[in-house]
Amino acid sequence: MKSYLLRYQMRQARDLGEALEMVSSEPGEWKPFAGGTDLMVLLEQGKLAHRKNFVDLMRVRELRGIEVKSTHVTIGALTRYSELQRNAVLQSEFQLLCQAASETGSIANQNRGTLAGNIANASPAADSPPALLAYDAELELMSHRGVRRVPYSRFHTGYKQMDLASDEIISRIRLPRRNKQWRQHYRKVGTRKAQAISKVCFAGAAEVEDGKIRDIRVALGSVAPTVLRCLKTEALLLGGAGSSRIREAQEQLAAEMSPVDDFRSNAQYRTRVAQNLLAEFLLQL
Amino acid sequence: MSEELRPNVRFTVNGKPQSVTAHPLRRLLDVLREDLHLTGTKEGCGEGECGACAVLLDGEIVNSCLIPILQVQETQVITIEGLAQNEKARVLQEAFVECGGAQCGICTPGMVVASWTLLERNPLPTDQDLRNVLAGNLCRCTGYTRIFEAIKTASGRLAQAVAK
Repeated sequence: MKSYLLRYQMRQARDLGEALEMVSSEPGEWKPFAGGTDLMVLLEQGKLAHRKNFVDLMRVRELRGIEVKSTHVTIGALTRYSELQRNAVLQSEFQLLCQAASETGSIANQNRGTLAGNIANASPAADSPPALLAYDAELELMSHRGVRRVPYSRFHTGYKQMDLASDEIISRIRLPRRNKQWRQHYRKVGTRKAQAISKVCFAGAAEVEDGKIRDIRVALGSVAPTVLRCLKTEALLLGGAGSSRIREAQEQLAAEMSPVDDFRSNAQYRTRVAQNLLAEFLLQL
Repeated sequence: MSEELRPNVRFTVNGKPQSVTAHPLRRLLDVLREDLHLTGTKEGCGEGECGACAVLLDGEIVNSCLIPILQVQETQVITIEGLAQNEKARVLQEAFVECGGAQCGICTPGMVVASWTLLERNPLPTDQDLRNVLAGNLCRCTGYTRIFEAIKTASGRLAQAVAK
């Protein structure tokens, strides 16, 4: 059933200072609201239970824009999927993220949904987080107390749990620029090519020299309570040729994931598909 | 109810300035249909899946069921009623009728809005372009083939008109 609107309130923050003041004024009472592509759905379904007040951040200029430096790229929290896809540096060096953005929802949703919104919604089935894990992304969190940085790999602490205090907002996402020569592979498997929530989502990146894997990242979505970086699988693959240890790596991958049966898929299918996607990636190295 | 609970939101719809007093989380879709009586925009799923409620917000396609009215402050909204005044959209509309691209009609306004955004930047789209752009618009009548035919018919006519 539809939510009773009068139980909720929303105010627009004009700038970052005002936004931080609002989220800290009454602890836990004001929750950030960005593109609305998740929150409006919950509101319509009457499932928006947790808090009653929202701070609309969409006018906060300080949270917008993509900044390119020689060592890293900084993406403003409110950067929309359509903006990610249009950025030339992201297109050439961060293909996993651009591809994830292009496969999230429809164009209409990509024109509203934001990268930090996707992170804070904390779905283990989200499309861009596996890419962020593969790039060693770091989140910048802001509050009136100051700024802190958290490696994205440590941000999600459990199903829908995050290392984010009630007076903090995600302000930027920082990606180191080290992957120009890295080989990258992203694939989302869902019911349809568009508008689907993934059954399994794979993001891999590897630096290969003289046929040997020098460095590698393997990340998955929809196979555990949070998006998952598969550190043991990565460690097993280091130093070898891409195709030399596929079987072992697939077994290790299955041991690292904890997929469930749900209405989208089942654990057996998810395991097999994740293993196949790993093989598909490794055979390209 | 206090003013703060129901702020005044000013924006333009199809070029005309509007001012509505509404709960900040009220959906743009409801304001268009119920307050402004612009019923061309349809509600399908109400969760951003089907595209029946598509409108242009500052020139970009969005699902109006997912837009809280507070975020519409000082923007320009174009609905299917506004597009109907546009030559390209009119050619599209006629092609939809001729080709059987409109059947029950619920998806049609969203289909026209989405295909209009495509023809605006890509006058001669391929089948793949059509599939990409219309991926967010569901139709349960036509099987999509007639919709694709309608858009290709329209793009052919528009290209001919430009050539003349």
